[in-house]
Amino acid sequence: MKITFKLNGENVSIEVESYKRLIDMLREDFELTGTKEGCSIGECGACTVLMDGKAVNSCLVLAAQIDGAEILTIEGVNQGNNLSDLQRNFLTHGAVQCGFCTPGMILSSLALLNENPNPTVEEIEESIAGNLCRCTGYKQIIEAVKATAEMSNQKLRNQSA
Amino acid sequence: MEKNKKNFKIVGKPIVRQDGVTKVTGKAKFAADYNFPNELQSVMLRIHSSHALIKSIDFSCIENDSNVAAIIDHRDIPGDKKVGVIKKDQPIFCSEKVVTPGDVIAMIVGKSERELIKIKDKIKIEYEDLPVLTDPSKSLETDAPLIHPEYKSNLIVHYPLRKGNVDSGFSNSEHILEQTYTTQNIEHAYIEPECVTAIPQIDNSIKIIGSIQNPHTTRRIVAAVLGISLSQVVIIQADLGGSFGGKDDTMNILSARAAVAAIKTGRPVKIKYSREDSILESYKRHPYVMHYKVGYNSSGKITTMKIDVTADGGAYASMSPFVTWRTVVQATGPYEIENVWTDVKAVYTNNPYTGAMRGFGSPQPIFAQESIMDEIAERLGMNPVEIREINALKQNSVTSTGQRLENHEVTLTKAMKTAIEKTGFVDKWNNYRNQSLDKSNFILSGEDLILSEDKFISRQDKLRRGIGLSISLRGCSLGAEGIDAAAALVAVQPDGSVYLLSGLAENGQGLRTTYSIVAAEILGIATDKIIYLEQDTSRIPDSGPTVASRATLMGGGAFRNASEIIQKRITNLLLNEWQLDKEAELIFEDSMIKHIASNKSIEFTEACSFASQRGINLSVVGWYKGPDVSWDEEIGQGSAYFTYVYGCHVAEVSVNINTGEIYINKITAVHDAGKIINILGAQGQVYGGSTQGAGYAVWEEIDKHNGFIREMNFDQYLIPTSKDIKSIDAIFIEGEDDYGAWGAKSLGEPTLELTAGAIANAVKNATGKRYFNLPLNLEEILLNRKLRPEDMKRGSE
Repeated sequence: MKITFKLNGENVSIEVESYKRLIDMLREDFELTGTKEGCSIGECGACTVLMDGKAVNSCLVLAAQIDGAEILTIEGVNQGNNLSDLQRNFLTHGAVQCGFCTPGMILSSLALLNENPNPTVEEIEESIAGNLCRCTGYKQIIEAVKATAEMSNQKLRNQSA
Repeated sequence: MEKNKKNFKIVGKPIVRQDGVTKVTGKAKFAADYNFPNELQSVMLRIHSSHALIKSIDFSCIENDSNVAAIIDHRDIPGDKKVGVIKKDQPIFCSEKVVTPGDVIAMIVGKSERELIKIKDKIKIEYEDLPVLTDPSKSLETDAPLIHPEYKSNLIVHYPLRKGNVDSGFSNSEHILEQTYTTQNIEHAYIEPECVTAIPQIDNSIKIIGSIQNPHTTRRIVAAVLGISLSQVVIIQADLGGSFGGKDDTMNILSARAAVAAIKTGRPVKIKYSREDSILESYKRHPYVMHYKVGYNSSGKITTMKIDVTADGGAYASMSPFVTWRTVVQATGPYEIENVWTDVKAVYTNNPYTGAMRGFGSPQPIFAQESIMDEIAERLGMNPVEIREINALKQNSVTSTGQRLENHEVTLTKAMKTAIEKTGFVDKWNNYRNQSLDKSNFILSGEDLILSEDKFISRQDKLRRGIGLSISLRGCSLGAEGIDAAAALVAVQPDGSVYLLSGLAENGQGLRTTYSIVAAEILGIATDKIIYLEQDTSRIPDSGPTVASRATLMGGGAFRNASEIIQKRITNLLLNEWQLDKEAELIFEDSMIKHIASNKSIEFTEACSFASQRGINLSVVGWYKGPDVSWDEEIGQGSAYFTYVYGCHVAEVSVNINTGEIYINKITAVHDAGKIINILGAQGQVYGGSTQGAGYAVWEEIDKHNGFIREMNFDQYLIPTSKDIKSIDAIFIEGEDDYGAWGAKSLGEPTLELTAGAIANAVKNATGKRYFNLPLNLEEILLNRKLRPEDMKRGSE
């Protein structure tokens, strides 16, 4: 079947098999291999992408289900050649070790910050509770998200001042 | 050049990872992200048995299937059909027997994995089930089924350690305490499952790209299996999505299978495991049964220890001989004890095999020895700090292996003191143990498993708080396990940019960044001038495996060596050019090279260009070899490791005495890892290691029924999430040492090994009850037994 959707800001359409998962379409047909597969049952969150701004496990979504939707993968998070504040904070806070969970972590964090620009630590913990990380112990990831929220609030304050 | 430079420009600062940008943008290429034209996919053929004789296999019904490019089994292997680091007991493909459910009989390759899975079940395999051995305590009984009959015994290895005289030690002790502890199987749970692709080359060599922890080890195994020379096998390490010791043997075997299939078909062959495949076939952490008998005096001095440990090696020897060797060296903990008698055995069973996992034979005995130390303190009316102060190893103490600790700063009590002061340990410990326990609601027993309605309500007064600590020493690097040396390539280009590569491989821990810092510090340049090359076994000498928390120590030493050779060559050139004394000292910093007294200076880039014009070679392979160690196998005595690190964890917990749930409020981790090279990376090790250690303590368990694993994915195998550990405080004390790069030693494993012991002691402090079996999950706390597996041996009651 043919589906049309917005992928990282661009309108695309593609012919997909009815059984094809979103993760496979992204990785195989669009060669967007930043979306990772860790468990295939929606437990690890490595395959997280944003669908209409909400974090979803792309291993649990059929490609056919995204017809008309807007999809954001890790490849669409940076602004051109510049890293976003969230990506930069992941680096400066040491939130990346092996990096396999990182794309999903960043997208889950982004979904939170889009909805809640001023999250508490508990809200950050909750928003990434579906993203498993075996390397970092999460602490530096939580700090990176917190710092990003503070930076964007500071920017808003500077604008209104 | 001074040995331990003090005014560091970059060392010790927070430095962003070398590979960070590619990892936050999704550009990093992990093994499954590589695709090759014409590549074939693979599926494994297994039977549903833990122990069986294979009678016949009939492939005829799929041989002509257009979806099948080839069927690969033991007959296709030209070289070694079985592999193993010590005992070559593990077949690449099983032909006669299956000894554990993860065993693979054959592999089918074809264009579509989906189609291969559909037709796999058509293959007819006849087999005869054999008696299954799952209890390691029965492995050495005379009527136990033999897992590998060719060895005539299920004993994988036995390490004795004999020091002093335990008989007179016990008879002269005022008190004796005996306890038994058990620990469980756990899974590494790297988030990236295994993946490898083998690509046949036109010159009959083979190239392999995969999620490989130790590329040179994999090269050795693949060459042996293919019966070709090492130089005909090129292993490239993809970005590795976590390993923790886990992508060693399994990846060697998968690489060998892919290579055999690639040669047979002449096409690239990919093996990509699902999480279920990964958990089924990969090795785990060893379950231990540990019996401790301790003789001590009323003063608190421990005089004698007798320790008996049985490790479940599972179906294959794998790393058991090395894992259990570390156990025999460290089983008495960081205490100076006159009389010691230790026996550590690893045995075969039909369980999933066990091998290397972060900690490597230390988390188990630390849980036991730190539990029994607290128990001795309790019996003597002491607190946990007092008993440890009396017995802890100090400068010039002699370890249980007879090694005098004199060549480095012994910081054990300093680490403990730092942790207890930071946490206010003693006051809290005293307060918490005096909490009034409402025992009527605590610990269900017998058949009364149904809670009345109100007992489910989580009320604040059902939460008991506790604090506990544990301390350790850990031998750095391989010790008497094997040859200990590492290589480092530093190639300075004529424009001052630099390539680095080591035989030690990035596992995600940040080794490339650590090495870049060492080189940048010595050459006085910024780390962003450095490009770290792709990990390729054909470009750099074998540096031993990236294990044993040895990368910073050994590789750091090698990079210091290479960088200092280059620094010396540039210095000699400039001293000559500037007509300065041959012994004059030049300063390399801020991308400049300066001679202060004469006010002469040159930019680093210009100096490199100048060296190039003068025909000076600025590409150097540095080398670092650890000092010799010694070991007497018969009595377990010797200088086991050339240096040690020390640490202390304090865990603060709340226990809900109605549900058995443990909440981890805070872990304070104090480590002497020697000089810290990258504070950001070091903190990451502590946070990650402590979290894994907490998972081991409280939640994680691979349980087996007749050798079959129950937890095949993350819906049942629970690792810590972002919500499970409230706070972790990482504190470093930098003890003096001469080895490696300015005495930068080991950190990765110490961060994990201490946590379970500290949590167990905190739970005792909270509940007043001592637990002897990991994990401390709900049923252990509430029912004081495990609901499964039913045949599990347990510790003291």
